[in-house]
Amino acid sequence: MTDPGKVLATFFVNGERHECAFAPHKTLLEVLREDLQLTGTKHGCELGECGACTVQIDGVPVLSCLVVALEAVGKQIRTVEGLADGPTLHPLQETFADLGAAQCGYCTPGVLMTAEALLRRDRCPSRDTIKQCLAGNLCRCTGYLKIFEAVELAAARLRGEPAEPRKETIHGS
Amino acid sequence: MVLDDPAARPAPQARTDAPWRHDVKKEDLKVIGKPIRKVDARSKVSGLTRFADDLTLPRMLHMKLLRSTQAHARIRHLDVSKARALPGVKGVLTGNDLPIPFGILPVSQDEHALCPDKVRFVGDPVVAIAASTEDIAWDACRLVEVDYEPLPTVGSVHEAAATEEPRIHDYGVRGNIHRLENLEFGDLAGGFAASDHVREDTFFFEGNTHLPMEQHATLAFFDRDGKLTVWSSTQTPHYLHKALTRVLHPLPAHHIRVIACPNGGGFGGKSDPFNHEICAAKMTILTGRPVKIALTREEVFWCHRGRHPVLMKARVGVSKTGRIKALDFQSYLDGGAYGSYGTASTFYTGALQTVTYAVENYHFRGVRFFTNKAPCGPKRGHGTPQPRFALEVLLDKIAHDLGLDPAQIRLDNLAPRDSLTANFLRIGSMGLGPCIQKVVEGSSWKTRRGTREKTADGWIRGYGLACSSYLSGAGLPIYWNGMPHSGVQLKVDRSGLVTAFCGSTDIGQGSDSVLGWIIGEVLGIDPLGIRVVTSDTDLTPVDLGSYSSRVTVMTGNAAMQAAERAREIIARGAAEHLGVPPSRLVFADARVFDAEDPQKGVSFADAVIAAESRYGTIGTVGSYTPPKTAAKFRGGGVGPSPSYSYSAAVVEVEVDPATGVYRVPRIWVAHDIGRSLNAAVAMGQIEGGVYMGLGEAMMEEMAYRDRTHKGQRVFVHKIPSLLEYKSPSTLEMPDITTYVVEDPDRNGPFGAKEVGQGPLLPIMPAVANAVFDAVGVRVDEIPVSFEKVFAALEAQKNGKPGRYGPDNVPPVDFGDSLKVKTPWQGGDGTAWNEPKRDKKAAR
Amino acid sequence: MLRLPTFTFHRPKTAAEAVRIKCDHGNEAMYVAGGTDLYPNMKRRQQTPTHVVSLGEIGELRSIDVRKDGGVSLGAMVLLSQIEAHPYLRQHYPAFVHAVAEISTPLLRNMGTIGGNLLLDTRCTYYDQTHEWRESIDFCMKKDGAICWVAPGSPRCWAVQSSDTVPVVCALEATVDLVGPQGARSLVAGELYRDDGIQYLTKKPEELLTRLHLPAPGGWQASYVKLRRRGTFDFPVLGVGACLWMSGKTITKANVRLGGAGSYAIPAAETEKALVGRELTDEVIAAAGALAMKPARTMDNTDLDVYWRRKVAPVYVARALQACR
Repeated sequence: MTDPGKVLATFFVNGERHECAFAPHKTLLEVLREDLQLTGTKHGCELGECGACTVQIDGVPVLSCLVVALEAVGKQIRTVEGLADGPTLHPLQETFADLGAAQCGYCTPGVLMTAEALLRRDRCPSRDTIKQCLAGNLCRCTGYLKIFEAVELAAARLRGEPAEPRKETIHGS
Repeated sequence: MVLDDPAARPAPQARTDAPWRHDVKKEDLKVIGKPIRKVDARSKVSGLTRFADDLTLPRMLHMKLLRSTQAHARIRHLDVSKARALPGVKGVLTGNDLPIPFGILPVSQDEHALCPDKVRFVGDPVVAIAASTEDIAWDACRLVEVDYEPLPTVGSVHEAAATEEPRIHDYGVRGNIHRLENLEFGDLAGGFAASDHVREDTFFFEGNTHLPMEQHATLAFFDRDGKLTVWSSTQTPHYLHKALTRVLHPLPAHHIRVIACPNGGGFGGKSDPFNHEICAAKMTILTGRPVKIALTREEVFWCHRGRHPVLMKARVGVSKTGRIKALDFQSYLDGGAYGSYGTASTFYTGALQTVTYAVENYHFRGVRFFTNKAPCGPKRGHGTPQPRFALEVLLDKIAHDLGLDPAQIRLDNLAPRDSLTANFLRIGSMGLGPCIQKVVEGSSWKTRRGTREKTADGWIRGYGLACSSYLSGAGLPIYWNGMPHSGVQLKVDRSGLVTAFCGSTDIGQGSDSVLGWIIGEVLGIDPLGIRVVTSDTDLTPVDLGSYSSRVTVMTGNAAMQAAERAREIIARGAAEHLGVPPSRLVFADARVFDAEDPQKGVSFADAVIAAESRYGTIGTVGSYTPPKTAAKFRGGGVGPSPSYSYSAAVVEVEVDPATGVYRVPRIWVAHDIGRSLNAAVAMGQIEGGVYMGLGEAMMEEMAYRDRTHKGQRVFVHKIPSLLEYKSPSTLEMPDITTYVVEDPDRNGPFGAKEVGQGPLLPIMPAVANAVFDAVGVRVDEIPVSFEKVFAALEAQKNGKPGRYGPDNVPPVDFGDSLKVKTPWQGGDGTAWNEPKRDKKAAR
Repeated sequence: MLRLPTFTFHRPKTAAEAVRIKCDHGNEAMYVAGGTDLYPNMKRRQQTPTHVVSLGEIGELRSIDVRKDGGVSLGAMVLLSQIEAHPYLRQHYPAFVHAVAEISTPLLRNMGTIGGNLLLDTRCTYYDQTHEWRESIDFCMKKDGAICWVAPGSPRCWAVQSSDTVPVVCALEATVDLVGPQGARSLVAGELYRDDGIQYLTKKPEELLTRLHLPAPGGWQASYVKLRRRGTFDFPVLGVGACLWMSGKTITKANVRLGGAGSYAIPAAETEKALVGRELTDEVIAAAGALAMKPARTMDNTDLDVYWRRKVAPVYVARALQACR
């Protein structure tokens, strides 16, 4: 492999401009993690087979391992680091934390970015819609149920309802 | 931490007969059992948790491993000169650089960081190369020239049993037999003679892997002071520290620091010291620069250490009413290329059979073979899911033979609480009965099973039930020593901050939080305000690691002891300050106050100030060593545990009779956790275990390509990717109704038992039993894949037995059994004979 | 991490410019649409173009147009998720939309394009592996090696047609537009494919697929039924695309294509013959389905057992026919 040299480009990530020199064959995943130090975005296969690297480009959740970084220049990129509003967690982050929807936490950033995009287009998603929407995000810890419940709870809170977790969710039947 | 005046300290409170407060009333607990957020939850949902591959250091090099392309071969010649010459390459290691072997168990130190002379499976590492970028390191690996001399491949237990030469290893029992065990408890012949019904079957459980979402990664740095630090995704920093000390000799142990990063999933797959960890350590010493390696997904499959493929033959004798009189169990483990935890795995395929149901007479024979596959080891349930599958399906068959309700036959056979089993395991609390009752009621088992109800699309419903038990930590450490299994240090200072130091490792199961909850409960403070410093061999007292479901009980008990000692000191200081006897003080809501006059009190921080003013800097320690085991026979070290958890599950399936395709819409699961330390987190462990069990039941398998072309055999993992190694997605996940059963155990903190592994166990047999209930065919093999159901249905259609499964085991001479009298025969836990062992081939 | 090899990245603004760049670099260059097929292949070194020509900037390839006859023309760069969400397509082409919705995962469908899916590389569990893995089998004839491991005696490659949309667009007799250095041409979709795992397209490498034209709705009923292990992620191990033209209750013409069962979407010719001139009764469906086992040339190079896949093919064909009712 010949030394590809570097290119200079400006990325808009989480509402901030980042000027960055990087090798042009790098994926967005690699640039985010290695050149912009945004290590919140994870990787589990680098082949588009797990969803761990999900970020949003112009509001749409995509697999950053399969995006050549050059194609993301000039677009609005959002990562898990951009989910909270300063010290205030996004309602999804709150419910994921409270229900234990993040166990090891490795798939969590990708799941959150997928779920956040869902809640922006569907304020009241059914359980089936949530399952379908998250069908590209593998999780090996939770069995997904706490994730579904956390998305439902966050959706309710985003609708302004004073929702609390169901008793069976927390304590079992 | 040094006490300024130890003599002035109050002596630690004497332990009562309930030292871990298992008998405390639920309503008296403020933290324990409440759905409090995990201590690391906020950073996990913010993407701020730093996993090993998230770490970087200035001047860091990137390392890649060149791995074997051969299943079994001698390395004739190795030439790294071209790789070394590639611009950007900073270091190259071969087997000669790391000549000292290692391995997790003292009895099988059979691995080399880089193969010096022989490779044993496709994926075995041969060369390590560090370069300025990962791309260059990868390119450099392609420039290495390896000349292999192929050796015959051993691909299965049958092949291994038939292949004396070549041996994959030059140690073990003989040929390619790694371990051979033969244990007999009680009077087998008598037990079978007294049985009204005897049934024998052969079962197979294919291997599968942990598939953590995080690929293993390690960063190592040998600093200018001659000290080595290794950050790694490991579940067992203490054991990695030991292995590094061994292979990096003469680097002193106290110059090596291992920091286990939070693991992005472990499930047992990050419990061995790994080649890449050792190579990274050696490479940083060689280059003087930080070295990182992050494995690819394929390499994670090569690390493996997952579920052993096990062929099993089981014979059970029962009375007319289904009481188990005798059990004769044989297991044939396909161990893969190295020892790993395999010795323990072999024993575990036999040890816990007696803990679920009372078995009067028990004979266990187990053999582990070496094969040219990625090495097997401990995966969630370690060695017990395979025999559990066999026994639970066999019991289901017996129930049908005798016309009994499969739930009732289990209830009638429950192992008694507070008892010794045939193989001298000490059972304490035992909540399996209530577990069975819960899932039977919840699923309407009695009215629904056997109805073969049709769904709208013409599929057929069925229900299957199974049970299990699991240990709360191994009673013995993996290397012989008399020291505690877990240690906790507490630092309490005038700000009111409590810092807990412990070697335990959070792999997502919540062990950091267990420390917080227990200390928070004892000291009456908010767990989220406690600083938890864990898994750093420089800073934290030894904890053996996150394996065998040991952390809640062992770390928990150590934390409880440390917290109670701190409470003593603080209470003494506060008591003087308030003019109240220490025994009357209550620690709750971040206050210390008089039980008789709650207004009379101080904040927790002020109580600490009072104590620190009087006694000096406050630091306490706690440690835990499990109770002595009752089993004194050779091999009795595997199986004992402070306590056993219990699970029961009912699985609903819907089977397409035309194709064998089936789906699992609902599962009911109950788990006896002793006491739930945190309801929400326990629920998550149960649901996660059910999920993983369902994956094993339906689809997960370590399949191998076995092809021969022009006389050359190719033997390689068929599908080492997240796409083709099938694991359940959101769409396969059924609705789960979970029942948390609490039967507090005297050996656990506040009565707690394990929850991380047990709930996985009943799922696989319950699925197989449910398929039978739906369409009347038996798949005696895991995974119960669609094709197997179809094949059994086809066989049934053609008038043959509606069964898919193995029908023979390889011929193995197990020699004489080690004979142990059961407790009810008056046995004392020792063997009464000394069987002859074939020592000829043993090292 | 698995990383891409180095390459020069081109981002032309027009189809003509893209073709020119491709011609300039010949075999060294490849087009990329969504990248969900090419980039994994590049990371595994199955495909190693040193010039990658991105179609991402070519606006003309992004439109969905409803023609005057009611048919729909889709630009090659239309995202799979756009198709799923398109009300007109959902209403008039449910089988096509269903096939699209069955592709991989929602995340991938936010990136993958219809053009890319139509040209999806054939797949094989001996081929879709890393460079290191393929080295352990001394490679295969599709890349770097000499033999086809699926059938070592065979002179050809048996990699599998694995696109979900191809069986449907072939059954529908949709057409595609290609643009090459010699100008534009159109093909019936079925003519785009060849029965070979390596040369699986009749399209010349420099030709760019620009549009897909779906026939006007009316007079026909189509369906797609997919067999795979999981409800997501997985490629089809059998994908039945069916389209029946009816006159009253009588079938006047039938196209049944089997995806995932060979190197192209195989016509189930005898099944088709057994349908024409008949009504779609349970008996006709069962009989026609049973004839589908023969053409299903399943090989041991996908997920799930090879014999089982063949044996259940009739069931899935029958279900596809039922879905046309």
